[in-house]
Formats: sequence, structure tokens, C-alpha cells
Amino acid sequence: MGGSSPCASCKLLRRRCAKDCIFAPYFPSDEPHKFAIVHKVFGASNVSKMLQELPILQRADAVSSLVYEANARVRDPVYGCVGAISYLKNQISQLQMQLAVAQTEILCIQMQQQESALPTQIHQDDCKPFLLANNNNLDSISQYLNFASSSNVIQDPADLKRESFWT
Amino acid sequence: MSSGRCAACRYLRRKCTQGCILSPYFPSNNPQRFVSVHRIYGASNVTKLLQLLPTHLRAEAADSLYFEAQCRLEDPVYGCVGLIFMLQQHINAVESQLVKTQAEIAVMKSQGQNRETQQAEPDFNNLLLRQSDNEAPLSFPNQVSSGFI
Repeated sequence: MGGSSPCASCKLLRRRCAKDCIFAPYFPSDEPHKFAIVHKVFGASNVSKMLQELPILQRADAVSSLVYEANARVRDPVYGCVGAISYLKNQISQLQMQLAVAQTEILCIQMQQQESALPTQIHQDDCKPFLLANNNNLDSISQYLNFASSSNVIQDPADLKRESFWT
Repeated sequence: MSSGRCAACRYLRRKCTQGCILSPYFPSNNPQRFVSVHRIYGASNVTKLLQLLPTHLRAEAADSLYFEAQCRLEDPVYGCVGLIFMLQQHINAVESQLVKTQAEIAVMKSQGQNRETQQAEPDFNNLLLRQSDNEAPLSFPNQVSSGFI
């Protein structure tokens, strides 16, 4: 590894590639563009200092992230990676809005289903005599209200609806 | 009225000229800003980068450099790329939740349609029973109740 041929960094910097060259494991000679771009944005000495401060096991990841950042900065000299971060944050906001809309739709459907189930539930409890007297148009809201006012089981239709929503 | 040196020239211990390219973006009242940027990029790289940009974009560029430098100082291994990775994971999570929620909506809507179909049937039966003039009133409520269970 980095034996006879100099690594990409030493080639670019035109210096002898020592056996313990800190760049050699991460900037092989067959990928010259990698070091070139990192050197352009951060500078070789800064990269060397950064790598020296890291444990060896983490240096490969650090180099990958530096290469990523350097590429982003060359592509977008004004915003660099910050442009990508802004874009991703916007995407998250949009997705969260869509999710909120979908969750609201679920609540609406649940409310509708509970509303359509209500007259039958009342009927199951105590409204057989009422229904025998008026056995058509069970979905009529006026019939529901008449039953509610005449019966002591349910005082207020709104209470029943509220209870169903939040059960 | 003496104009003091900007944070960059103060740190670099040099004279801050009137045409100093760094002084608008690294004021003397925030020395840490230049220190962070200098540690990661180096003063000459920052100067070169800003010189290549039109004047009206340099402030944004200096801000983004500072942001990235801060990220790198806080996370020397991944820098702001760590934040990008986290945001991408967050997007994946929200997308999965959205797909799941939309699937739930589709199921609930189809269940609602099935229920409406079942509601229609008792009315039809009621008509038939009325025509035959049998014990229709008792059978109709039972069918309605069984439809809603």
C-alpha cells in the first residue's frame, strides 16, 4: 500500500511519499481527483491536521465526508452542502404536511363512520317501540332528535356524538 | 474615528486594509466566526473562494462556510454530512408513515363502501316483505342492526 508509487496527494504536492504518509491509505494514486478537490477546498495541511486528530479507524469515513463536502462546495460555491440541507429540510416539511392532511382524512372518515353507526346503536338499546311506530326512514335526523328528547337514556344528541368521537 | 481590524486580520496579525475582502463577513465583534472557518478551510482558501464570487453572494457564502465549519468542529468525522444523512433518514421515515397512512385511508374507504352496500340490502328486502304483506316490521329492524354490527 503506497510502496513504490506516491499517493495522489504526494503526487499533486510533488513531494516524496513517505512510508507513514497520512494521506496514502485514503488517497490512492489511481484517484487523483479525490485529493485534488479536497486540497482545493480545505487545503492539504488542514486535511492532514484533521486526520491526525482522529483515531485511525475513523479516518476513512472522515475522508469520505470531506470529499463529499468538497464536491458540494465546488458544485455550489455559494451554499455548498448547506444547499442540500435546506432542500432536504423543505422536503421534510412538505412530507409532514402531506402526512398531517392524510391523518386528518382518517379522522374525518372515522367520524363519518361513527356518525352513520349512531342511529343503529341507539336502536339497539331502547328504540324498538319507536321504530315499530315509525318503521321507515331510520336515517332521518328528526326521528333521532325526537327519540332523544322523549327518552331519559340520552339527554343531548351532541353529548352522544362527542362521546363517540373521543372513545 | 478609527476603524479597527476585522476579526480575520486581527487573528492573522496583519494590517486590515480598506479593501480587505474578509472584513465585511468577519467583523471584529465575532472573532470565533473567523477562528472556526480558518481552522477548517484556512484563510487563503476562504479568500480565494470569496474572490471568485460576485459581491452580492459573498455574505451567503461566508455564512455557509461558517455553518459547515461549525458542523465539522462538532463532528470531526462526518461534519455536516452527518446532518444530511440524518435528514435523509428522517425523510424515509416520514415517507413510510405517509404510505402507511394512505393505505389505511384506502382500506377505510373500501370498508365504508362495503357498509353502504350492506345498508342498501335491507331496504330492498323490506320492499319485498311489504309487497308480500307479512311480518315485515319485526324483520326490518333486525336486519338493520345486524348490518351495523
